[in-house]
Amino acid sequence: MAFAGRIALLVALCLTLYGIGAALYGARTHRRDWVDSARRSVYALAVILTVAMVILEAAFIRNDFSYNTVAQTSSTTTPLLYRMAAVWSSQQGSLLLWVWLLSIWSSLAIFLTRNRMRDVVPYATSVLLGFGAFFTFLLVFYASPFGQTHPAPADGAGLDPLLRNPSMLIHPPMLYSGYTFFTIPFAFAVGALIVRRVDAEWIRVTRRFALASWLFLGIGILLGAHWSYYDLGWGGYWGWDAVENAALMPWLISTAFLHSVMIQEKRGMLKVWNASLVLGASTLAIVGTFLVRSGVLSSIHAFGASTLGLPFVILIGAMVAGSVYLVVTRRDVLRSEHSLDSLLSREAAFLFNNILLVGLCFVIFWGTFFPLISKAATGTTSEVGASWFDRYTVPLALILVLLSGIGPMIPWRRATLANARRNLLTPLAAAGLMAIAAYTIVPIGSSPPTVILFCGAVFVFAGIGQEFWRGVRARRATSHESPPRALVSMVRRNRRRYGGYIVHVGIAIVFIGVAASATFQHEQTVQLRVGQSVRVGAYVMTYAHATGSVDDDPAHTGATLTLGAAVRVTRGGRYVTTLHPEAGFYPSGAGIVPGEAVASLISGQAVSIVSLDSTPRRDLWAAISPPGGGIPEQSLVAKADTVDPASLSAVNQVKLAYYLLAAIEEHYLRYPPTAEFTLLASPLVMWIWLGGLIVLGGGLIAIWPGPHGMRGRVRARYLARVARELGSSPAGATAAGASATTASART
Amino acid sequence: MSAALAGLLIAALVVAVAWIVSSPFRRPLGDEAAAERSDERRSLEAARESKYAEIRDNESDFRTGKLSEQDYRALDRTLRAEAVEILRAIDELDARAGDASAAAR
Repeated sequence: MAFAGRIALLVALCLTLYGIGAALYGARTHRRDWVDSARRSVYALAVILTVAMVILEAAFIRNDFSYNTVAQTSSTTTPLLYRMAAVWSSQQGSLLLWVWLLSIWSSLAIFLTRNRMRDVVPYATSVLLGFGAFFTFLLVFYASPFGQTHPAPADGAGLDPLLRNPSMLIHPPMLYSGYTFFTIPFAFAVGALIVRRVDAEWIRVTRRFALASWLFLGIGILLGAHWSYYDLGWGGYWGWDAVENAALMPWLISTAFLHSVMIQEKRGMLKVWNASLVLGASTLAIVGTFLVRSGVLSSIHAFGASTLGLPFVILIGAMVAGSVYLVVTRRDVLRSEHSLDSLLSREAAFLFNNILLVGLCFVIFWGTFFPLISKAATGTTSEVGASWFDRYTVPLALILVLLSGIGPMIPWRRATLANARRNLLTPLAAAGLMAIAAYTIVPIGSSPPTVILFCGAVFVFAGIGQEFWRGVRARRATSHESPPRALVSMVRRNRRRYGGYIVHVGIAIVFIGVAASATFQHEQTVQLRVGQSVRVGAYVMTYAHATGSVDDDPAHTGATLTLGAAVRVTRGGRYVTTLHPEAGFYPSGAGIVPGEAVASLISGQAVSIVSLDSTPRRDLWAAISPPGGGIPEQSLVAKADTVDPASLSAVNQVKLAYYLLAAIEEHYLRYPPTAEFTLLASPLVMWIWLGGLIVLGGGLIAIWPGPHGMRGRVRARYLARVARELGSSPAGATAAGASATTASART
Repeated sequence: MSAALAGLLIAALVVAVAWIVSSPFRRPLGDEAAAERSDERRSLEAARESKYAEIRDNESDFRTGKLSEQDYRALDRTLRAEAVEILRAIDELDARAGDASAAAR
């Protein structure tokens, strides 16, 4: 079947090339049949790549080690769930996932716009197929997931134990969905600029896809942070790693775009800026993909050195050059229709937020690429650490949180000082109360940036709460609905606005979690013997006893031996919880080696399995370093391997090895050695994940299309109002009335 | 067996792809002028929806105390006038479409 997979990729490559040609020919000659054929190429591409994906998944599920990728990243001892996720743990498999998701989302975009923007869509189709061609080219000529070795090895090396976490099933597909979704606004921006059409419909189409990519990428980033916190054993969720930063940069730029495009929609301003943002976000998404795959920067998340760097540099170069050319040559259609009326207006707030977001992105870009910049400038590679990033990003983030509260409270065009004062009074009072509490009730006064952030977040909550309350009150005054019904009707009537407000609340909550846990986390890395204790903040943690299991790891990650500890936690003498950090030991991947049977069961990568007790108020987190470094109880393992099993059958040799391993585990439990622990007590971490869920909820509300029935009613009501209130203009009223009738009939 | 299955799969795939991408050439072409009008109408409808959203936002800003009544009324009048222009353009387009279909009959 590997041959079928290779042919499928080849057919996919030919199809993308055909589709590009058909779309461009159709656009130039205005031949709908060619354009339709190109559109169908996108659907067909999704079908073919789905077949390729299924072939590869089946190979992983069947343990077909004749596939090189299966042999390198899976094994018979890897649990089924993780074998399925192992597809995207290799360079080749993840590239296939990338282009597969690209084809799926492209098909969706092309399907949804099949009867719209008929001049733009052919160019957008050719751009999307261009991305498809690039990635299938890599799969065919650089990194085929269907490469084989004959004869096939008996077993594979196994999936990296660090990746054996449930979030790995969803984190990469989410992140890649975000990256691939970014190609859609890019494609539509290129198409719109080619045909010089950046009207309301373009904004409508682009904004929705940009919002989807923003949402997917944001959730992907948060899931990555979650994986880092729960699985990597270093106790953090964000390390300013190059690959983490690479995902954050397009997310920041698309955040800027989602705000500034509203200014274009309402005021016809910032068209050059918006086109640049949407093109820039997509280019940064490809830069992120390049960083993961080229090995140009070191990262725990990257695939290491590869030959893919040059093709990606060429692609990025083409995207940058093409974008600059299009923006410069289309200056005439990108000219602003208005100018800023007042600095006290929502568009001014959005403009400041854009400057800050782009500034934040630039800081992260500079820090991420500093190793390359320093090498080019001085010949030596230097890196900037987390403290460098914090120095510049924290002040910018603080101002952004404040702006996210101010923006919703001032109107478009121009706010009067009296109205601004009236709207800002309650949120400012709430922020003031928070400031007082910070130095009296809540013990955060020792960190001024955290106090400012908490005050800013409270300002956001109060401001948005006020918006909801006033909105419901106004709705009830006209509709006489109950408060909950009025709230639901109000949100349904203006999903974008209120979905956006909910996103602001979620982001502020995420920032609270980040600020509190980063500033007030207590950490101890200590060596303890059974019975010894250590104080971590307000908690006392005691190594109560050792734990262990053979071939039955509680986390179901496929570890053959699990050794750990029970850590009893008390606070003020009262029992709080017991943590069970463990270290998992995995097979070497070379099968049972004669003379090293026991060692080969546990000499693969050893990883720390974190134990966590999480409440809304605090997290208690414990990790134990794998005892003995790579192999625990080394002298006993060596002694066990002197037992000569030559006279036994292969099955009995394995049984004997497990029997000896159980004896070693028993010895560890009876005579536990000194163990090294990393112990944390962090406040409010859970709010980072809860804030993420709120952002997801708000984003879904904002992106969800309104039900037709409701749209129809709203439309009819507004049409009637337009006609009635402009009754002094008979022609206008007649036109409006006529349209109202036709629109109502249509819906 | 596996090789035969792979061969069948490839053949089926190639035939399916050829069938999918060639289907537009096997159908008679639709009314190109009507399609263009429909495209133009969608564009105007998008502009209309956008204008309605602006009117709603303006109203919402007034009701939540961000705008004075004077500012609200002035802006509302401007936005509604712009909405009427868009509606008029839609009606004109529909009228042209009616003429074209009458001529075709």
